[in-house]
Amino acid sequence: MPPDPQIALSTPVGDSVKQTTCYMCACRCGIDVHLKDGPDGKPRVRYIEGNRAHPVNKGVLCGKGSAGIMQHYSPARLRAPMKRVGPRGSGQFEEISWDEALEIATGWLAPIRKTDPKRLAFFTGRDQSQSLTGFWAMQYGTPNFAAHGGFCSVNMAAGGLYTFGGAFWEFGDPDWDYTKYFMLFGVAEDHASNPIKIGIGKLKKRGAKVVSINPVRTGYNAVADEWVGIRPGTDGLFVGALIHELFRTRQIDLDYLVRYTNAPWLVIEAPGAADDGLFARDADGNPMVWDKATDAFGSGKAADIQPSLSGTHTLPDGRSARPVFELMAERYLGADYTPEAVEERTGVPAEQMRKIAAELAHVAFREEIVLDRPWTDWAGRKHDTMIGRPVSMHAMRGISAHSNGFQTCRMIHILQILLGSIDCPGGFRYKPPYPKQTPPNLLPHGAPGQIQPEMPLGGPHLGFPHGPEHLLIDADGTPSRLDKGFSWDAPISAHGLMHMVINNAAKKDPYSIDVLFMYMANMAWNSSMNVGGTLEALTATDDTGAYVIPKIIYSDAYYSETVPFADLILPDTTYLERWDCISLLDRPISEPDMVADAIRHPVVQPDRDVRGFQEVLIELGARLHLPGFINADGTPKFPGGYPDYITNHQRKPGIGPLAGWRGENADKACVGDPNPDQLDRYIENGAYFGLKLDPGHAYFRHANRGYLDWAIEKGIRLSPEPTIFQLYSEPMQKFRLAAQGHGDRQPPDRARARIEAHFDPLPFWYPPFEEQLVEGFPLHAITQRPMHMYHSWGSQNAWLRQITAANRLYVHTSVGRDLGVQDDDWVWLSSHLGRVKCQVRLMEGVNRHTVWTWNAIGKRRGAWGLDGDAPENTEGFLLNHLISELLPKGGGGYRYSNSDPLTGQAAWFDLRVKIEKAESGGTEPLFEPLGHASQPPSPDKLAYGAEWKEPAE
Amino acid sequence: MTTLPTRTDKKLGLVIDLDICVGCHACVTSCKEWNTGGYSAPLTDYDPYGADPDGAWLNRVHTYEIANDHFTGTVHFPRSCLHCEDAACVTVCPTGASYKRAEDGIVLVNPDTCIGCKLCSWACPYGAREYDHDQGVMKKCTLCVDRIYNETLPEEDRTPACVRACPTGARAFGDLGDPDSTVSQSVNDRGGFDLMAEMGYKPVNKYLPPRKGTDRAPVTNVAPAPEQTGSPIEKLFAWADRALSR
Repeated sequence: MPPDPQIALSTPVGDSVKQTTCYMCACRCGIDVHLKDGPDGKPRVRYIEGNRAHPVNKGVLCGKGSAGIMQHYSPARLRAPMKRVGPRGSGQFEEISWDEALEIATGWLAPIRKTDPKRLAFFTGRDQSQSLTGFWAMQYGTPNFAAHGGFCSVNMAAGGLYTFGGAFWEFGDPDWDYTKYFMLFGVAEDHASNPIKIGIGKLKKRGAKVVSINPVRTGYNAVADEWVGIRPGTDGLFVGALIHELFRTRQIDLDYLVRYTNAPWLVIEAPGAADDGLFARDADGNPMVWDKATDAFGSGKAADIQPSLSGTHTLPDGRSARPVFELMAERYLGADYTPEAVEERTGVPAEQMRKIAAELAHVAFREEIVLDRPWTDWAGRKHDTMIGRPVSMHAMRGISAHSNGFQTCRMIHILQILLGSIDCPGGFRYKPPYPKQTPPNLLPHGAPGQIQPEMPLGGPHLGFPHGPEHLLIDADGTPSRLDKGFSWDAPISAHGLMHMVINNAAKKDPYSIDVLFMYMANMAWNSSMNVGGTLEALTATDDTGAYVIPKIIYSDAYYSETVPFADLILPDTTYLERWDCISLLDRPISEPDMVADAIRHPVVQPDRDVRGFQEVLIELGARLHLPGFINADGTPKFPGGYPDYITNHQRKPGIGPLAGWRGENADKACVGDPNPDQLDRYIENGAYFGLKLDPGHAYFRHANRGYLDWAIEKGIRLSPEPTIFQLYSEPMQKFRLAAQGHGDRQPPDRARARIEAHFDPLPFWYPPFEEQLVEGFPLHAITQRPMHMYHSWGSQNAWLRQITAANRLYVHTSVGRDLGVQDDDWVWLSSHLGRVKCQVRLMEGVNRHTVWTWNAIGKRRGAWGLDGDAPENTEGFLLNHLISELLPKGGGGYRYSNSDPLTGQAAWFDLRVKIEKAESGGTEPLFEPLGHASQPPSPDKLAYGAEWKEPAE
Repeated sequence: MTTLPTRTDKKLGLVIDLDICVGCHACVTSCKEWNTGGYSAPLTDYDPYGADPDGAWLNRVHTYEIANDHFTGTVHFPRSCLHCEDAACVTVCPTGASYKRAEDGIVLVNPDTCIGCKLCSWACPYGAREYDHDQGVMKKCTLCVDRIYNETLPEEDRTPACVRACPTGARAFGDLGDPDSTVSQSVNDRGGFDLMAEMGYKPVNKYLPPRKGTDRAPVTNVAPAPEQTGSPIEKLFAWADRALSR
């Protein structure tokens, strides 16, 4: 046998390693980018791996992150600023200089600001710099700003923040190290990435039980120990039945309820009165309870009382009041929420619900965890141990993307709270700066009086109304915002309604605008409901032939379907070429035990004439002379661009975008003067900063004296008061009272019944709107992204599209059999809005009444650098064509947006469809190819890495 | 035509936990990324933006729905070379380009002597070989031979790229010839199995089976609370009517 060949075993990976933050999705993992010189002597990306020290991903990296090279070198990348020279959609552009581009933008934006700033609508997509973009919009003075949260997960954010001051997604995490029982509600494959994968791996290895509640059994749901293949939109019934069982079997953490929630607070019972359903309050405004220790009324905020949880109490004014706990028990013990009552609608057998409720209670109360860890509660009482109820939950789009999502999300939190499992060992844990107050003391700005020419808005756009007094409407009730956020249509739309912007602008409802300015949101394709209608809106003209939306500015890094519809293109960089700031002022990367933030910095230089959007926005701010972006003498405040802003901007004295290494000596965390070397310190530390919490501050932070005081000192909390969980949400009742005719801010008559019904202060289930309004569509239709792709970005990636280049409509085997179709047969899928033709794939692991597909795989010809005959174009399809942005006309003829009536969250998953066999193939609708003459042709072959091949010996 | 070593000093391989794998493809793309610039450089992609994108990949993940006595559900199944002890891909090789290393059992292809005849891909029962049309040679999992001994890497990173990346921890690397190694122990503890053992190729890589979900259910048959009289709500309030301090 000849000797084995000699092979090089110790070739260095590259010439250098730079650490930054991934952006292949929204998780913000730390990455080590290995660079190696190419044949031209310029560094190219050799390899990207997870940063082992990073708090988010702890060294691992998902399928997307590991394919970052192909995103960076994508042929779909834009090359230079462009102005449109053909009609919208033609893709006819002329490359221009940055100076010309910014002059054009300034020329469009400056006059509006001088006259009526609301005629600019500035909406950003999946960007992670909302503290900057929001600040810019505030300084400009338009009320029309939001990011993509309104069509993503605002129901989760609002549901949590109004209930317990935290939320699922990035505001908290299951206690992966101690949880013994984990429930996953409506979590698609792409939410979230590495943190949840690491966590599930830990749980499974430790033998914890994982229960998934999801109509589809793929991804995380496939590895669950128990799969509950629920019917979409009925999770509230399922959770209600679990709560029913806990009440019925009397397995509830009463001590926890009395200590941390408003369960004992007394609710006024005075039907018809202006304060019916509000809390009975004492002269100091404190909510009242009945104190059994003194046999008298006491303050619900006092320590060392023994509040009663039941009974009708006569208030000093002679009226009666009952505790929240009693109202809750009546609701959930009632006939609507017995397992038998909900089994048909949910499709979950009553016996299974009873078993899961029993298991939850068993683990919470008979497998409790006791940590020998002293802590001090909000009232200064010392405790030797921390008692944990090791049950945790996570929920995402499957809950939020329904028109009943807010109340369903609240109900899940009620379930967690009844089990005593919020921020305890083994439960759901806050990530600082959460918890906030319930609701947070952050109000929306942009009421008519706050919008003035050449004036900043006076406060942030987005917030949490406490009642009708905080709506952004004029005296007639007309919305102040183009998206009708914070109006009677969507009173607590804490993230705005980006999905309504384009169509409202084209309909001039509530008013017309001059400039639509968007960043990183594929609104002319997979990020909009009713794509055809949206394209009509983008290209609609008036009697003079002028576009109804006169000017559109768009920034993106890639030639997406949206680019050809804009008039001015500001080409962005890739994530490896840019500065970014993942800030505590925005969407932090904190872990439960660590306050953390991060940066991106350029690890390779662009080879083309592109600039980071934030950099451009700061320059545009200076050109427009926006306060905050210029000095007193009119010179730019941040001549060093985005890094200059990140380092030197202060939102409040001592508080800036980054928390680490502040102060003259770089020794201040969270609060301190700007430090000119701050970014260097971040880069030295792997592009992130982490400040570990004291172990005594690790749990019960809603009521942990040590934590509360520390958080105030660190500038991440405003109130020293504990966060009291709002099982019963008084702000909801205030809106309901208005609908009943109380108060001086009255909804229009068409909205009264809707507000009264849905603003229930106790969570309840109601059928999603679309199914209430349409008939003849027996199936639910939902989507998710595969784990290896993120939103619209994946299909330009030569590696990821080899994994998924076309989508199928997944239907239950029995549905396929009844229809007489087999894998890859073509079907028509119809809704009340329209129909699409697509191919089916049969599967067992899907709810029988549900069909689903991968979202955003289907592409429009001409976009993303793909050939016209790419499967994404010829077989791929979107359900967006079936989803209307407006609900069918209900009573009264007004068409509300297809959204949650409280938060305005886009109700993507309310879609109802019917399916029929198609006689012939070919995806429909098939839109005309987009022109793309400005883009270079894509290569026929890739041999990435050939340049580094070791020569043969 | 090419001989296998009579024995190997080590049996390096992977243990893949099918109970944990969520099918995220991190192992797939990290493998592609490492190897397109490493020992196997490049892993060519044909028609990367066209109708039939088709490249060489050394590791793929398949998803199956399964229903049998042991398990009903969806399984994500990562597939790469299993570095068989009786590797048919080696013995079939006419040039000696396919070989199994005596020191660690890794099966490799020498690209300088591979003639691209594809006999090995026909011989492999697992479909684990990938022909690179552009290069005209066969490519396959090397267990990241250029990582695991790489002295320029920190010790903890001397592991295959797929193991380094795997977010759920479903993949482990080690010496399956050493009964005391962590990987051998996990195979022992969890009933790790050979893929298609009946074929007799003695794969070194092992798979850990998905566990039955019922194994994880807490035992809840505790004595019921003493029965009280009254409606559920009366019972609840009677129970809740005890001294609770805020």
